[in-house]
Amino acid sequence: MVDTTVQAAEAARGERRAHRLGWFYIGLGLFVALVFASTVTGEGDSSFGMVLARDRFADFEIGLGSLRLLPSLVVPAALTNFLIAAVMGFLGARLLTKKALKPSNLTLALVIGLFLFAFLTWAAAGQSFNLASMLRQSVLRSAPLTFGALAGVLSERVAVINIAIEGMLLGGAFTGVIVGSLYGAWPGVLAAIITGGLLAWVLAVLSIKYKVDQIISGVVINIFVLGLTSFLSVQILTQNADLNNSPRIGAWNVPFLSDIPFFGTILFKQNLFVYIMFGLVAVTTYALFFTRWGLRTRAVGEHPKAADTLGVDVYRIRYIGVILGGLVAGFGGAFFTIGQVGRFDENMTGGRGYIALAAMIFGRWHPVGAMSAALVFGFSDAIANKLGILNTPIPSEFLAMAPYIATLIVVAGVVGKSRPPAADGIPYEKQ
Amino acid sequence: MELELRGITKRFPGVIANEDVNLTVRSGEILGLLGENGAGKSTLMNIMYGLYSATEGDILVDGEVRAFHGPSDAIAAGIGMVHQHFMLVPVMSVAENVVLGVEPLKKKRTPWMFLGLVAATLGLLLTMVFNLFGVEEGIEGGMVVLLAAFAGLAWILHKDALDIAESRSEVEEISAKYGLAVDPDALIEDLPVGLQQRVEIIKVLFREAEIIIFDEPTAVLTPQEVEEFFGIMRSLQADGKGVIFITHKLNEINEVCDRITVLRRGKVVGETTPAESTEQGLAEMMVGRPVDLQVHKADAKPGDVVLEVQHLTVDDDRGHPAVSDVSFSVRAGEIVGVAGIQGNGQTELVEAITGLRPGISGVTILNGEDISQGSPRHVHDAGVAHIPEDRQRMGLVLPFTVTENVVLNTYHLEPFSNGTVMDWSASKAAAERLIEQYDVRTPSAEAPASTLSGGNQQKVIVAREFSRTAPLVVASQPTRGIDVGSIEYIHERIVEQRDNGAAILIVSTELDEIMALSDRILVMYEGRIVAETTPDDTTTTDLGLYMAGATA
Repeated sequence: MVDTTVQAAEAARGERRAHRLGWFYIGLGLFVALVFASTVTGEGDSSFGMVLARDRFADFEIGLGSLRLLPSLVVPAALTNFLIAAVMGFLGARLLTKKALKPSNLTLALVIGLFLFAFLTWAAAGQSFNLASMLRQSVLRSAPLTFGALAGVLSERVAVINIAIEGMLLGGAFTGVIVGSLYGAWPGVLAAIITGGLLAWVLAVLSIKYKVDQIISGVVINIFVLGLTSFLSVQILTQNADLNNSPRIGAWNVPFLSDIPFFGTILFKQNLFVYIMFGLVAVTTYALFFTRWGLRTRAVGEHPKAADTLGVDVYRIRYIGVILGGLVAGFGGAFFTIGQVGRFDENMTGGRGYIALAAMIFGRWHPVGAMSAALVFGFSDAIANKLGILNTPIPSEFLAMAPYIATLIVVAGVVGKSRPPAADGIPYEKQ
Repeated sequence: MELELRGITKRFPGVIANEDVNLTVRSGEILGLLGENGAGKSTLMNIMYGLYSATEGDILVDGEVRAFHGPSDAIAAGIGMVHQHFMLVPVMSVAENVVLGVEPLKKKRTPWMFLGLVAATLGLLLTMVFNLFGVEEGIEGGMVVLLAAFAGLAWILHKDALDIAESRSEVEEISAKYGLAVDPDALIEDLPVGLQQRVEIIKVLFREAEIIIFDEPTAVLTPQEVEEFFGIMRSLQADGKGVIFITHKLNEINEVCDRITVLRRGKVVGETTPAESTEQGLAEMMVGRPVDLQVHKADAKPGDVVLEVQHLTVDDDRGHPAVSDVSFSVRAGEIVGVAGIQGNGQTELVEAITGLRPGISGVTILNGEDISQGSPRHVHDAGVAHIPEDRQRMGLVLPFTVTENVVLNTYHLEPFSNGTVMDWSASKAAAERLIEQYDVRTPSAEAPASTLSGGNQQKVIVAREFSRTAPLVVASQPTRGIDVGSIEYIHERIVEQRDNGAAILIVSTELDEIMALSDRILVMYEGRIVAETTPDDTTTTDLGLYMAGATA
């Protein structure tokens, strides 16, 4: 009996969401038709580059003439936009009319993908635009966000809110570059990891042992790291330029896989950090959901008292979670210096720790979700960057807002409710 | 197995929770532990389960002194506990909850991750060989270290891999053996409380407990579920388990226990058996003085309709309908009791009537005035007194003094305030008068409400709400978790209000309270009123059936 009411209520909620999404799709479709399709500028064809100039098969010749393998995708802009608008309208109408249809996140992803494609077609009308390069950039830019979000997941799964991701990223970037300059790139990475771990240890002691408000202790760590690194960077790094010049760990093409046209370019002609990101996401997912440690970790985040009465050491599990998170965030920090430019600048993380936090929420405290969310943010970051080159009527300041607008839309309920671990942010009081 | 507590004393700062308690329980018997709320039953059991450590005294298992530093020691000694508030993780499955803490690990592991990483390492080495011949781009030496690190990580993790299939079959095995049917893959949050309790019992059995403590297990159950639960307890007993059954309900203890120990103010005040005790005798032992288990009241003389509720529908916090299309009325001079198991819409009903929950449809009419869209203050001013179900979260501001709490509903009016400035001396005088009148045991009117006992906190709320004349009184769980003396007192006051002509709506999950106080009874089930009756025309058994969804 209870089940049936719950099911009925679930169904009612599902239906409401279906309606909301249905109208959302139609609205988006109309927008594409009215704004994009009818204001196409230029000659009307949009050309998307599918290879990089330095790709091995960029000038691959097959048989007669010089036909390039996947050279570029040329589409008529206005027509494409109208088609996309029609597909969106159809999907929306289907949701509104068919009662039993459950809105799927796959369709939602498809619609958002289509919208972005429509947008690009519109922006690149009459010009050419390198799609492969932009997607490759998206993945690259999502790497530090994913590391930050993973740190958040590890920490919040044991119910410690980690606002200090930003500080851990920045601290990792700073020590990474100094140790890197002195002893080489890999020792630098190790130093960054340790720095993140130490900062996390401070957070853990403050919030687990002393039960300080977790938001406040996190913010304190951020301010402390920002102040200290800025000070040291002015005092030391500017005088000793050789301390701020680390060897880099950069691009590495995966043999053979990177030669796959288009996808190989996006996924396997990447920075080493990107491969580690994929690895870590897989490992964390497995650890959280298929191991004993993961079960205890999740239990401690949801209902610490229950775990405690079963003999699980709540404090120990919490320390482990927070500190592991710190190690990951510290590693993510090394990306900024060792993984990219090889030098440190004041506040070079520029708030990405906070975006990582949003990615974690958007990703529903799940490693794969967090990475997907980070990819979305990385994508909007890259798009804003690349569109600056194209001649669009949108001011670049607005383009720079894209990641945040994406967050707002997504978090405001299009994706459905995201539920944090039940004990998140609540210190555990052992009797 | 024999478990003995010898001379247990537990002191908290300023309070003695248990004093020189001796207690023994053996395999194959059910020991009833009786005592009022605050008598120290739960503290004692938490000591036995290793959650607290005793200030003095010993725990003996089979005659041997054992030190419990935490629940894991107690579990290892064969002690299991089913807590009053279930210790289950709502978002996890039954099987996951059962095995938490003693998880079975995969014996025959499938090292996919490991194999994958070995393959990757080989690939990398191959690439390095290629490098020597100038086939590929440069490769960092650190990458080998990195892959090795990943491989190590995967190795550690896969040694820690959970065997969820094994967990599931263990749960099924225990279910079958003790008749505790439950789906091992169901999520706890989707299960009704009765089933959640089964999961708790399975959890204890999975840890091979020989002595099982049940802390107020019947508080959340319907009378039928209680019978079923007694059956489970007896089958545990038959299987040779020792059971400690904690309760404050006298009829239950006489029904299932072999021996009874009564606790009052932290001390053992009596040991007896059901054969040689009566309910009256047990009640006196528990309270320490003669008590009257009956509520004395004259027949109701219902007057005009005071509260009229029509087609009321209310959503809960998640937007699901909690109350659906409920209509009823309450007349002056009568007590209407709403019975039902916790969580069947009573909370939302009360919040809707008192204006605390917006977004309702339907109307509530108080003396001819529609108050359904009114703010809480509007409803209050229209003449609704409200005793909320959770006195600590909604009834009182705990850090505030008794004086401040007493004027919480009238502080903005004369004589306590002139509109801008509070008149604290007037407030204090009023508080002192009410403390006297309602027999509130507090050091002073300036003591924080948090320092009062549960019964006295509840008296402060009753005093505040009854100190002004209100045509309607809405009381939710008015006597939950308070001592028998205070219960008697509050019941008397409620009847007195009725006799003075107030209309009274009581919501309670305690059937005895509903039967004793009400002139009319409504039963709520899944947000609807499924039965209307009077105490004379019904029995607790019938009410229990209605509460479980049977229709009248």
